[in-house]
Amino acid sequence: MSGQAKPVRLLRNLNAKIAAVPMILTTLVVFVGGTIWTVVYSFTDSKLLPRLRWVGLDQYERLWSTDLWNMAINNLLFFGVMSMTFTISIGFLLAVLMDQKIRFEDTFRTIMLYPFALSFIVTGLVWQWILDPGMGLQEVVRRMGWETFSFDPLHDADTVLYGLLIAGLWQGTGFTMCLMLAGLRGIDDDIWKAARVDGIPRWKTYLFVVVPMMRPVFITTLVLVAAGIIKLYDLVVAQTNGNPGNASQMPAMYVYRYMFTAQNLGQGFAASTMMLLSVLIVLIPWAYLEFGGKKRG
Amino acid sequence: MADLSNPRGTRPKSRFTLNNIVLYGILGLMSIYYLLPLYVMVMTSLKDMAEIRMGNIFAPPVEVTFHPWVKAWAEACTGLNCDGLSRGFWNSVMITVPSVIISIIVASVNGYALVNWKFKGSEVFFTILIFGSFIPYQIMLYPIVIILRELGIYGTLGGLIMVHTIFGMPILTLLFRNYFSSLPEELFKAARVDGAGFWGIYFQIMLPMSMPIFVVALILQITGIWNDFLFGVVFTKPEIYPMTVQLNNIVNSVQGVKEYNVNMAATMLTGLVPLIVYFVSGKLFVRGIAAGAVKG
Repeated sequence: MSGQAKPVRLLRNLNAKIAAVPMILTTLVVFVGGTIWTVVYSFTDSKLLPRLRWVGLDQYERLWSTDLWNMAINNLLFFGVMSMTFTISIGFLLAVLMDQKIRFEDTFRTIMLYPFALSFIVTGLVWQWILDPGMGLQEVVRRMGWETFSFDPLHDADTVLYGLLIAGLWQGTGFTMCLMLAGLRGIDDDIWKAARVDGIPRWKTYLFVVVPMMRPVFITTLVLVAAGIIKLYDLVVAQTNGNPGNASQMPAMYVYRYMFTAQNLGQGFAASTMMLLSVLIVLIPWAYLEFGGKKRG
Repeated sequence: MADLSNPRGTRPKSRFTLNNIVLYGILGLMSIYYLLPLYVMVMTSLKDMAEIRMGNIFAPPVEVTFHPWVKAWAEACTGLNCDGLSRGFWNSVMITVPSVIISIIVASVNGYALVNWKFKGSEVFFTILIFGSFIPYQIMLYPIVIILRELGIYGTLGGLIMVHTIFGMPILTLLFRNYFSSLPEELFKAARVDGAGFWGIYFQIMLPMSMPIFVVALILQITGIWNDFLFGVVFTKPEIYPMTVQLNNIVNSVQGVKEYNVNMAATMLTGLVPLIVYFVSGKLFVRGIAAGAVKG
């Protein structure tokens, strides 16, 4: 497209360059500039206002010696592993079921996917209400006669993350199902025919032929889910607000607290830099596999 | 992207096999899990508090009342303001409408330039843009606060609209770029031969041919921006808080007696706009989120 060489370099394609100004500004100023700015200021002792007084790694040392941060990281790790395992397995299972030439496929999909249209705030508030110990699910079962029944995940530090998980899976698994279903439908029909000719049972074909073939879909889904989990914020704010006793604190909440309410910017910057680092740990191997590998054939 | 719409092959012959019972059994159970919150939300919002206290959350209301909806819309309190969720609703409308329009215009022109008018470095910027969409927003929040403050639009609707335009750009640009590159190149070449320029081709050829993808972008942005919480909290002031933020403040406020019916009516009201978009758009919604997920 840009084949016709003209003498004035900068002015060539001028309209396209004007059209791309928002993109260029966004990438350079906000994405690259903003990220570098925060990383640089995470090495300063900025408190109420950002200032360039270097303190080396002090902010990071303080961060990792803060109980709140360590709890937040542990919570995120636990929630993340649980969430990814269940999201992928439920999403895949549902997709396989949906792929069995069932009736009412559209209806089922509509039912599974509608929570994804709702915000995390709505999700968190609804599940907070359903899991309410005094009037929610627990009380209903108790009134049905099982009086010792106990299901109050949100008010117990040991189980609160499961409570979040129930809500998170409700919101997100329909989406995973759709991605997986698209992957399943992308598998060549001949594979199925060949498997049938060879007399391989369906479940075996799924497990040993289809799943390996869907590796890219699994990886993409995993990366999307992981990147989303690291940013997890609204759901927790709405459902538990970090309670009970910080047992559901998350790194994103720590960042918000130190940047916008506790007026300790340096901590906020260091914490958000750690968040960036964790995303990069997920992203770089994936990008390498996806794009780096291809070029070398 | 494979076709999501139609299952292939012939229908199975017998209906009541063990397989089918297990199959529909699991799907049915999962459907209950997905539908339950919506059901509970609606039921709770139609009861009065006396009935909620004595009854069970899964039972339909004995006496249907719409008072909680009225109260949630017009009287619910956040802090000292008691003018209901309607304020948040209109704030969200004022945030969402311009954000959606501006972000789609910017990204569609951008995607078009990336496909048909490549210039040196355009692909580099695009790659950074896509990677930028994975960076946690938290790391860019404070620099954006500074930028908005310098521009004098921190805490205003304009500031938040700009933020939504910026963060909508990666996914929308990807969407439009992929769509435009699927259009036959000959069209573009023919128009060039006929002397059409950058904007001429965009408005007379690309735009009319791309209505479906504009609808997809519309769905994506309306639901995304309406549901936003973080940017609303960080970049606006209480008077112009979007609906999600106001909803959270109403429901999770520690003062006063909790009115669960009003809370659920408020939650339902906030979820209504994306739900309507979802049910009206049908398969286009699936296409939108799938386009968002699968890289080009």
